[in-house]
Amino acid sequence: MDIKISVKNLEAFYGKNKVLKNISIDIPRNKVVAIIGPSGCGKSTFLRCLNRMHEVVGGTITGSIQVDGEDLTKTDPVLLRKRLGMVFQKPNPFPTMSIFNNVAAGLRFNGVRNKKILTPIVERSLKQAALWDEVKDNLDDSGVNISGGQQQRLCIARTLAVDPEVILMDEPASALDPISTSKIEELIFELKKNYTIVIVTHNMQQAARVSDSTAFFYMGELIEYDKTTKIFTNPANKQTEDYVTGRFG
Amino acid sequence: MNPSKFFHIKRKVTSVIMMSLSLVATLIALVPLVFIFYYTISKGISYLNIDFFIAMPKPVGETGGGMANAIAGTLLLIGIGGVIGIPVGVMTGTYLSEFGNNKFGSVVRFLTDVLSGVPSIVVGVVAYTLVVIPMKHFSALAGGIALGILMIPTITRTTEEMIKLVPHSLREAGLALGIPKWKTTILIVLKTAWKGIATGILLGLSRAAGETAPLLFTALGNRFWSTKVGQPIASLSVYIYDYAKAPFEDWNQQAWTAALVLMLMISILSLTFRIVTRSKYKTK
Repeated sequence: MDIKISVKNLEAFYGKNKVLKNISIDIPRNKVVAIIGPSGCGKSTFLRCLNRMHEVVGGTITGSIQVDGEDLTKTDPVLLRKRLGMVFQKPNPFPTMSIFNNVAAGLRFNGVRNKKILTPIVERSLKQAALWDEVKDNLDDSGVNISGGQQQRLCIARTLAVDPEVILMDEPASALDPISTSKIEELIFELKKNYTIVIVTHNMQQAARVSDSTAFFYMGELIEYDKTTKIFTNPANKQTEDYVTGRFG
Repeated sequence: MNPSKFFHIKRKVTSVIMMSLSLVATLIALVPLVFIFYYTISKGISYLNIDFFIAMPKPVGETGGGMANAIAGTLLLIGIGGVIGIPVGVMTGTYLSEFGNNKFGSVVRFLTDVLSGVPSIVVGVVAYTLVVIPMKHFSALAGGIALGILMIPTITRTTEEMIKLVPHSLREAGLALGIPKWKTTILIVLKTAWKGIATGILLGLSRAAGETAPLLFTALGNRFWSTKVGQPIASLSVYIYDYAKAPFEDWNQQAWTAALVLMLMISILSLTFRIVTRSKYKTK
């Protein structure tokens, strides 16, 4: 298996409170890994550790996380986050910027100002995010006057524009209606050709539909990690079975 | 009558009473405002002519003349005050909201609150001690510094509150794109909060424009045209003070006109700010 991210003995803390316990997991290249588990099990924290966004909310970690064999804790977080992009639970486009500038933000604020370079990247990113046809005539409109589902795809386009290797998605469809959700899911299917994707989700059907492998977290521990089909049809662990069959959580 | 209908009527009556009370309170609050506007306009308008803006004050005994020097002086004074007060206020507010979640931040926050409660005349005395005495004469600079200090607390606290209203998710969005923290703070957070910050700046400038006490022994006043930063300078507020207590009917009238002009200047300033900071996108 071609490993993109290798996590070994990861423990995460908020102050003295341990929220992740001894997590070891390998995430394969160009696959979709779903993280499932009940609220408070540490799945969002785990995702944030992968691009060091946990530091923004005051978290600390021990253990090692390697991306392509490179130790993540020794990399500059600013550079790291360009390689591991993140899509959040609630769409968060920049309200003061146009659709175009929202997509271009990551590049513009890192010194790329030439419109000749930006325009094709913005177009490519919006096409990849399956939003181009809906907004191509209104690129100068505000990024917040479009629907919630469009905003979330705009946020995905914004993440794609900086050309990341990995896309981390934190419940990207939980604030969206079913039609927008299915669009995001189709998108994930397309994106995995070029990107490695880790998606946190509360929706088990969604995990079953979009992911190749699934990890079940409970109380800060990784209970089971296997092929998605195995997790949902024949899990090895009793707790996993109870969770995916809806007996708790 | 059945009880549910009784409670329904009771609720409706209570609602009407409370609505009326808040309406009455609003009207009471409007009374002084309306009177101020009415008096200033009706008393000031008679001397409001082009001369008032372009002519100089006439010597005692002669009628007519204008306050061109005081209008220019007030603009220069709030200009100097703004150059000091706006950057210090905005940056302090940004620090408090983004990095000030610690002991030092609390101390700064407390001191800012104290500063906003310090009487303006005290700030004038401080500027007198720190600027006028070493320079050995009154100056526009001393007046501007006093006004700048007075602006700082208003601008600081408004900036802090407005930045706090920016959702945390926008900061995270910026950071997650690999945008450094300082750029995220300036280009995303400050930009999003800009409209509210501008209101704070406007409040600070308006307050400064009307201040009289701190100017009396810093900028002093000037009967002649001057835009020199190092020299005493005229201002509308000090002219209002001098002319209103003067024993000449003509001067008293001009004081009203000066008050009207000061109010107009603040209104124009306010309007300009609103137009400049208006969002370029129509909100749905």
